[in-house]
Amino acid sequence: MIRSLILTAVLFVSATSQAAVTINGSGSTFAEPIYTRWFSDFQKKNPGAQFNYQGVGSGAGIKQLIEGTVDFAGSDDPMKAEDAAKAKETVLHVPIAMGAVVVSYNAPITGTLQLDGKTIADMFSGKITKWNDAAIAKLNPKLKLPDLAIVVATRSDGSGTTAVFSEYLSKVSPEWVGKNGKTVKWFTGSLGAKGNAGVAGLIKQNPGTVGYVELVYAKENNLPYATVQNKDGKFIEATNASVSAAAEGIKKEAVESNFKISITDSAHKGAYPISSFTWMLVFEKMPKEKGTEIVKFSTWALSEEAQKIAGSINYSPVPKEIRAEALKAIAKIKLQ
Amino acid sequence: MKKVFDLFFKKHKASEVRKSDFAFVFFLRCLAVLVILIFASLIYYLWDGSSAILKHSGWGFFLGREWDPNSDQFGALPFIYGTLLTSVVALVIAAPIAISAAILLTEIAVQKIAKPFGFLIEMLAAIPSVVYGLWGIFVLAPFVRDYIQPFLGKYFSFLPFFKGPPFGIGIFTAGLILAIMILPTITAVCREVFLAIPTSLREGVLALGSTRWEMIKTAVVEAGFSGILAAIALGFGRAMGETMAVTMLIGNRPDISLSLFSPGATMASVIANESPEATSNLHVSSLAAIGFALFLVSLGVSGLARLITKITKRRFAK
Repeated sequence: MIRSLILTAVLFVSATSQAAVTINGSGSTFAEPIYTRWFSDFQKKNPGAQFNYQGVGSGAGIKQLIEGTVDFAGSDDPMKAEDAAKAKETVLHVPIAMGAVVVSYNAPITGTLQLDGKTIADMFSGKITKWNDAAIAKLNPKLKLPDLAIVVATRSDGSGTTAVFSEYLSKVSPEWVGKNGKTVKWFTGSLGAKGNAGVAGLIKQNPGTVGYVELVYAKENNLPYATVQNKDGKFIEATNASVSAAAEGIKKEAVESNFKISITDSAHKGAYPISSFTWMLVFEKMPKEKGTEIVKFSTWALSEEAQKIAGSINYSPVPKEIRAEALKAIAKIKLQ
Repeated sequence: MKKVFDLFFKKHKASEVRKSDFAFVFFLRCLAVLVILIFASLIYYLWDGSSAILKHSGWGFFLGREWDPNSDQFGALPFIYGTLLTSVVALVIAAPIAISAAILLTEIAVQKIAKPFGFLIEMLAAIPSVVYGLWGIFVLAPFVRDYIQPFLGKYFSFLPFFKGPPFGIGIFTAGLILAIMILPTITAVCREVFLAIPTSLREGVLALGSTRWEMIKTAVVEAGFSGILAAIALGFGRAMGETMAVTMLIGNRPDISLSLFSPGATMASVIANESPEATSNLHVSSLAAIGFALFLVSLGVSGLARLITKITKRRFAK
């Protein structure tokens, strides 16, 4: 009995010690589920390395990458120039998946609410205070809108979701220019809650509440969300296809900006306007042992197979032409 | 006791004490030094971390009303205000209940009732903060929104504290949940204080012909007054530092508003909310400075409580 236990222990130790290289990553909580899922699939094919990821927030991930405590970072927001300057090597932004932010609500409205950029900006500035406001009624001639006060729910914690949403607002409303970021100064009287779960909780609990959450979250929790008018003039529902469409036709700009490109308020046909990439941030020069594994993984993440897996858990796949360019950039990573 | 003291602080030759004792004492010494080191490094980190913002905006940082990380504007006043306001609301609600409960437990109820009742109140302290927060979001906040706030708004709206639309989420609800959370602290300390009052004092007062109510008023509440103050100070300290449940219920808006119905933010909640995503130097530094201030105030309050208890004990010893 004891002998067999020892044997199992030895086998176990040797099995785990086979995975000699450990790759640690941290960052975006939005991207945590996809990394976790990808790691378990990838490790089945490639048992040589052990991948870990901690969803500590994009900002904290970037900080840890700069300090060298992690090997890669996940972020929903491109690195700022001042952060990039602090890093010891140039950082490559690999667009690995896409997501969207939806305007979710709790109001007795049957049918799908339609909103445009200006109306959303006015709701989140406290200018539109009732659900039956003329601006909303004009966009929704067929709906019966309640005479109910609007309560605005936002994220209180710094977050990539807020960054994407407020960046969209800054594009559609002149008053929001320069006021976007991970933490936003919202108007007096709006409510703030921690995390997507917190905002969703506020929406569910309070009739009349409108808030922004990630598409993945709204779908998993069956929250209703508005269709949003894009630059093309159409009201678009956030789906994997419409989010991916937001990154179509921007190959040239993507390459020129090293993939640090904003795709909110996209002009592409059928594109959902509040969409964004989530990036895997890696150094362009890496030590050979770890670098080889990171390159292998990120190459696989951009494969058709991995992107399909992403789609199955409500992330939107990155368009083919962007992936092809990203693969070229990955191939240029120097291993020493 | 003296032996341990000697072992600890006097120099020995190895031959004087047994080797195992020597190892043990050495181990204890290391632990004691470690505690001091941890404390010192905490203070150093907070001080060093806050130096950037204090250099940038001086002590005016604590008086600034604007908090807008995107435009590098940092003022801590809304958080200090929110911390004080929620803690005061919590005390106003919790202190009378807790003191009454302690009187009930020590003076009035028979053992059969006092024991399980006291146990239940102590159990309140064992519930994790985040569970309070969840309960607050799903039960307390809707209840406050649908019943308490409309009632207060209807009959007391002439006061500036009960104005504005009832969200359920806000300073009032945060204060309410804090009240529940500090209730066991205040009750437990008050009970100890009341039990420490000699029975002879009560008997003396009763013998002079006072009623039970008069006895409680003079021999218990008035005699234990400084102890009650210490209990309240302890509860205040706990309320100020409480993070999770408050963050979930306060609405997290750095505004200064007289109305308890409006959302607010506390020093602890802004640190919990913003530190993971704070990247700019000034932002991180501002959060550290707020942490430092919270640390100092909490330290002061608990020091005050200790001082009061010490004085009380000395008075009874006489």
